[in-house]
Amino acid sequence: MSDFEPVLLARIDRPESHRRSDYEATGGYATLRRALQSMTPEEVRDEVRESNLRGRGGAGFPTGLKWTFLPADHDGPIYFCLNADESEPGTFNNRILMEHDPHQVLEGLILSCFATRSTTAYFYMRYEYPRAWKRINDAVAECYEAGYLGQDILGSGYSLDVVTHRGAAAYICGEETGLIESLEGKRAWPRIKPPFPAVQGAFGMPTVVNNVETVACVKHIVERGADWFKSIGVPADPNDPRDAGSYGPKLYCVSGHVENPCCIEAPLGLTVAELIEDHAGGVWKGRRAKAAIPGGISMGLLTASEFDCPLDFKGPGRYGCLGLGTAAVVVLDETVSMVDFLHNSCRFFAHESCGQCTPCREGTAWSLRLLERIRAGRGRLQDLELLLQIGDSIGIMPGTTICGLADGAAWPIKNAVRKFRSEFEDYIRRTNPDGYDVTDPVPALDWQATTPVP
Amino acid sequence: MSDTEVMASGPADETAGDGDRCLTPAMRQEIEQLCRKYPRKQAVTLPALHLVHEKLRHVPRRAVVEIAELLELSPAEVQDTLSFYGFFKQDAPHGDCRVWVCRSISCALRGGEDVFQYFCRRAQVEPGQTTADGSLTIEVAECLGACEQAPCMLAGNELIGDLTEAAIDRFLKQREADS
Repeated sequence: MSDFEPVLLARIDRPESHRRSDYEATGGYATLRRALQSMTPEEVRDEVRESNLRGRGGAGFPTGLKWTFLPADHDGPIYFCLNADESEPGTFNNRILMEHDPHQVLEGLILSCFATRSTTAYFYMRYEYPRAWKRINDAVAECYEAGYLGQDILGSGYSLDVVTHRGAAAYICGEETGLIESLEGKRAWPRIKPPFPAVQGAFGMPTVVNNVETVACVKHIVERGADWFKSIGVPADPNDPRDAGSYGPKLYCVSGHVENPCCIEAPLGLTVAELIEDHAGGVWKGRRAKAAIPGGISMGLLTASEFDCPLDFKGPGRYGCLGLGTAAVVVLDETVSMVDFLHNSCRFFAHESCGQCTPCREGTAWSLRLLERIRAGRGRLQDLELLLQIGDSIGIMPGTTICGLADGAAWPIKNAVRKFRSEFEDYIRRTNPDGYDVTDPVPALDWQATTPVP
Repeated sequence: MSDTEVMASGPADETAGDGDRCLTPAMRQEIEQLCRKYPRKQAVTLPALHLVHEKLRHVPRRAVVEIAELLELSPAEVQDTLSFYGFFKQDAPHGDCRVWVCRSISCALRGGEDVFQYFCRRAQVEPGQTTADGSLTIEVAECLGACEQAPCMLAGNELIGDLTEAAIDRFLKQREADS
């Protein structure tokens, strides 16, 4: 651990870190040059596959394996979509990369496109990142000037265009097929899979969708080799043939109730406690922590006694969370009401559900209404069962929705209500002392008029 | 600046002879050029909507019809996409400055909602609305991806972090001084 050397964030403190000249001065694009001159696309792909790099966007699917799903004999174009629609609450690592080291992202993108024989890359960025948008557009222009993009890149015969494409403030566009639909100019309704994008993606063509941090890792894997990458992180469990391991460096975001919210780079497998204490200055104001979300809000909740949870692809799942997600930790101190937390989470997902699948659209909306009712002092104990019923029945896992947004909406509900049940019960009893066990229907509320009970 | 002023700010010859068209020839040309970047014209829907929205601060229905013509789509297809994204204003333009105050978890934990309420009170505007003088539109946003600076807001293209009531006062004062 102590001899870990950051690579993804190695350059971000340089004053001109976003310029091509500065990137080249620190060895930038040398890897691209070498790969284009001395490697075949298959060799690049195999190096990435050998590294066991897993996608950094949330799902953790092995990147090299994803690439092998592309048809080998396809004679039309192959498209690459770079997913820069980072919108998971608590997550900002891609923004840091794009603002402070856009050329690292582009070198990784070009290498990834070369490996997959893609001829056009659509760089899909969320609207809320105006600075990153400018930096990436400037960097793309600098790449065309230098011959890193365009026809016959560096005399290799390989040609690639990068088209930057701006989203319009919708969380669902981070789901890979939602992103493709949005790119095509439609509402971002995720597609039923199969067919997977690798077979039939953007504009009906084979398509790879990868996250910004993922392609940044590709750059370093091609530069330093798969063995270097596998020397970092948590090895695969030899007793579990399905475990692909948690290799490589990872960007961790930490925010909420810590002294120094930040984005840092460390090997996969850092614990939540280490992240908070060693990197974020501890819980703020000398208070104690109550809980933390482990990897973006959709991953659920860890209690303070679970902060030994390692942030690798298997860790959070062992603690009842959905997974590693984006490794964005948000810390809640002892003063936070879990009712307020869950209300915030439910409001987010009710707002961001795309509306395509009824269980998600209705489930997220009703969970928000339940939370509003509880906060307004009209909650009933059986509302907790109702919340859990919704939580257990919406999502890919129970098989009721097309994409995982609903699973992400469900997990905070399930974790909060199950891990902090007595707090919810106490709140309901305290704020609705006469009615908590009434089983009659509660009359409809004027939702606009409801305010939380202090 | 009002809608009509924005329209009038382009070169005079751009609108000449184009009667009641909403998109200027320059905007139409830009949209046509965007079409070369994509294998299907429909993919230009969002870029075209952004282009119009940036210039007019909203996308009037007439613009939807004109975009649809350029992209060889039904106006309903463009409207369908537009209405999916809460981003695009349609009935009226937003103010000179459109501000998004983050309400998601990291900001909420550090007082984001209180700051938002204070901001609206100080600017004398209902959440989501535009001030009477048209200078400011204040809206809530979901996570702006700047949680290390929570609570934060996006004012036009400027990210303002570590928001406090004093920071809101400074922001409003600065805008007053600028105008």
